[in-house]
Amino acid sequence: MPTIVIPPLRRLLQRWGVHPDSHKYPAAGLDIEDAGLPDMLRLPLSQHVGAPAKVIVEVGERVLRGQLIASTGGKISAPLHAPTSGTIVAIDEAVVPHPAALTDVAIHLRPDGLDEWIPLKSELYPINLSEREISDRVEDAGIVGMGGASFPSAVKLSLGHRSKVTTLMLNGSECEPYLSCDDRLMQENAHAIIEGARLILKATGATRVLAGIEDNKPEAILAMKLAAKPFPEVHIVKIPSRYPMGADRQLIKMLTGIEAPADGRAADVGVLVHNVGTAYAVYRALRYGEPLTERVVTVAGGAVSAPRNLRVRLGTPMAYLFERCGGLRVPPARVVSGGPMMGIGVQNLDTPVVKGTSGVLALAAAEVGEREASACIRCGSCVEACPVGLLPLEMAARIHANALGEAEEIGLDDCLTCGACGFICPSRIPLVQYFQHAKGELASRSREQKRLDTIKELTEAKAARIEREAREKAEIHARRKAERERAQAAEAAAKAARAAEKETEA
Amino acid sequence: MIHASPHAVTSRTTGQIMGLVLLALAPAVLAGFWQFGWPAFILWLVCVVSCLACEAACLHWSGKPVLPVLWDGSAVLTATLLAMSLPPYLPAWLAMLGSVCAIVLAKQVFGGLGCNLFNPAMVGRTILLVSFPVHMTQWINPHALTNAMSFSEALAISFQGLPIPDALTSASLLGHVKTEIGRGIDLLDSLQPFANDSAWSGARAGSLGETSALLILAGGLFLAAKRIIGLRIPLGFLLGVAVPALIAHGLAPQTYLPAATHLLSGGVMLGAFFIATDYVTSPSSPTGQWIFALGAGFLSWLIRTWGGYPEGVGFAILLMNAIAPLLDLWLRPRIFGRSLTGKSLPARRVEEGLS
Repeated sequence: MPTIVIPPLRRLLQRWGVHPDSHKYPAAGLDIEDAGLPDMLRLPLSQHVGAPAKVIVEVGERVLRGQLIASTGGKISAPLHAPTSGTIVAIDEAVVPHPAALTDVAIHLRPDGLDEWIPLKSELYPINLSEREISDRVEDAGIVGMGGASFPSAVKLSLGHRSKVTTLMLNGSECEPYLSCDDRLMQENAHAIIEGARLILKATGATRVLAGIEDNKPEAILAMKLAAKPFPEVHIVKIPSRYPMGADRQLIKMLTGIEAPADGRAADVGVLVHNVGTAYAVYRALRYGEPLTERVVTVAGGAVSAPRNLRVRLGTPMAYLFERCGGLRVPPARVVSGGPMMGIGVQNLDTPVVKGTSGVLALAAAEVGEREASACIRCGSCVEACPVGLLPLEMAARIHANALGEAEEIGLDDCLTCGACGFICPSRIPLVQYFQHAKGELASRSREQKRLDTIKELTEAKAARIEREAREKAEIHARRKAERERAQAAEAAAKAARAAEKETEA
Repeated sequence: MIHASPHAVTSRTTGQIMGLVLLALAPAVLAGFWQFGWPAFILWLVCVVSCLACEAACLHWSGKPVLPVLWDGSAVLTATLLAMSLPPYLPAWLAMLGSVCAIVLAKQVFGGLGCNLFNPAMVGRTILLVSFPVHMTQWINPHALTNAMSFSEALAISFQGLPIPDALTSASLLGHVKTEIGRGIDLLDSLQPFANDSAWSGARAGSLGETSALLILAGGLFLAAKRIIGLRIPLGFLLGVAVPALIAHGLAPQTYLPAATHLLSGGVMLGAFFIATDYVTSPSSPTGQWIFALGAGFLSWLIRTWGGYPEGVGFAILLMNAIAPLLDLWLRPRIFGRSLTGKSLPARRVEEGLS
């Protein structure tokens, strides 16, 4: 297997990003442990990008682990399976990881402690399955992007197949601070990840795997290299540690030097990016027939007594996980679902782990560094940090002045909301908040505009229809009148003729 | 309470940045005190006190919190830069006037920290230079050890307008050369009296904190190492001065000063590392920074060579300050996945990029 090394010049020329303190230890140094079963699992129907899943079970029903409880809700969607055996006690609103602390419909499952599986269909050599079969089974297993994006994996596979991708990129960068779930997974299950990647290769028709792993995870790189040794098509590449290295376009650029078009997809340049956790889930689904019912979650943060990585059933509340890690040492200043850079701040510790939850963090006040924002001194740190080449300070100034259109003109749409700018800002200006607000506002404006356009179209169509109908009515009326008159005239003529005839007869 | 991401921040704050810049300036300022004695110290103190007072008054009147903003150190930094650019024996009332211009006119009127178009210290200095040319070109021989002046004498010079003893005054290199060239004397003769000056250590006539190029350079490199400033603006500025100076001196050595003299005299070093790099008044896009710095350096050289004033760094930086926002608007960095004009790049397949 030839080793692929990032050319030093490419590293040097790509100067974006920030270097936050990694905070990966002690969790990164400890084995993944099973979290066990909490008293209640709450499974939101929207754990993925796209349409929510459709409930197919009823309250009171007993389900087994792996049993389908909500089916695919549309073209872009994913099904949901029971994470353990137990009883469905409610299908109701519940807190979900949402930036605005909204609730959503969730299936409430009370575990019975037996953890009884449905009969599973294992496959000794899943690599012999057809492309179609692999893709279908990935879809049936409810697998979504495990790095946090939560895009349904099967949709991505068929997209990759259609776009004739040649390269599968395994994202093992794990650039968010604190998180080490991918790191541990790569160290402990490298073989399964590589097998999963090869299955994805088969399903998409791609010919090689490039696995990018940040150089702050030497053990993971070693484990993956060992596991990849028998396969010449799999390359493990060491990439520089930097945030946000895991953003797909940035990863593609670092690994290949090619810049994906801003208005296109990664598939347009022949690449499909999957998280290592996704590859692992694909392997479990195909080899053992297991649908996605659990994932590895990093439980960490300064407020957690004993941080570590846990194998967690979907729907497990955060409070249970903190309890499993020795409880909270100090009251946390902030609790986060996901990583500290892009994760969602949650208010309620009942918030469940979903398919895309890579971390559950309880951060102490010193770690959050929360402070009143002060004036922008235009230091330009945000400009140096932006992985996309935007001017965050200029965009924020325009949004502050409510000139959202101008912010859009200078690149708001290209913003990843990765948070590198907000992290580096010495004035603590909530830049990402500005951008998210503006994006939301612009989206709702364009929806409103579309609605107005539709209303206008409908009104115009109605007016045109009424006019047309009136015209047609008038035409019919005129035609009938003309016919009537003609008939009358003919009758009159006939009468006159008859009268004349009579006269002649007489 | 809803918290937006990110949930982590760097430890560096605005106050720390200002503190590090002040730390980087300290050696050059202390060298100034050493060479020019008590009056220089009094000048700096007057600037600091007046700048803080002006800042506090403006913040109070505009209903903003006073103490947190005073603590961010930006007013002290402005005061220090202003003092460094003034002749060391300048009367205190002029220093106060300069401070008022810097803080009130150049900074607070525009909206305070982060909103000003022009560098406050340079506005203060330039207004003084234009309005009081005699006071502003009263240079002093460095004399710390030989002719130490007592604190009370210094107070008298600063506050009571006592004339400076003739024995102490001197001409600065740039001013002298300008006058001599005006009289038709060529450079080879007019530079004679400055042969023993040490531009590196700062033992020569000049503004309070501008004489020791070595210490300023060291401070600037310290800031660059601490990643407080980038090297684009200092390098661009120095190149902007050096390249035209090299060419002109090469063509006519009797009329045009050599590049090294340009770089080491007057405010070039201070301007390049500490004034042109002012975050607020310089562009934040990389290309904009290059153009801004090259332009400021070139204008400095132009004004020194053909302008009416011997020194042009302040004017040059102010002129470029005026177009900095436009540079940021026109020379935005290329957005990832787009061409310079903002069009989405064509999709190149990864197979082509690999051998």
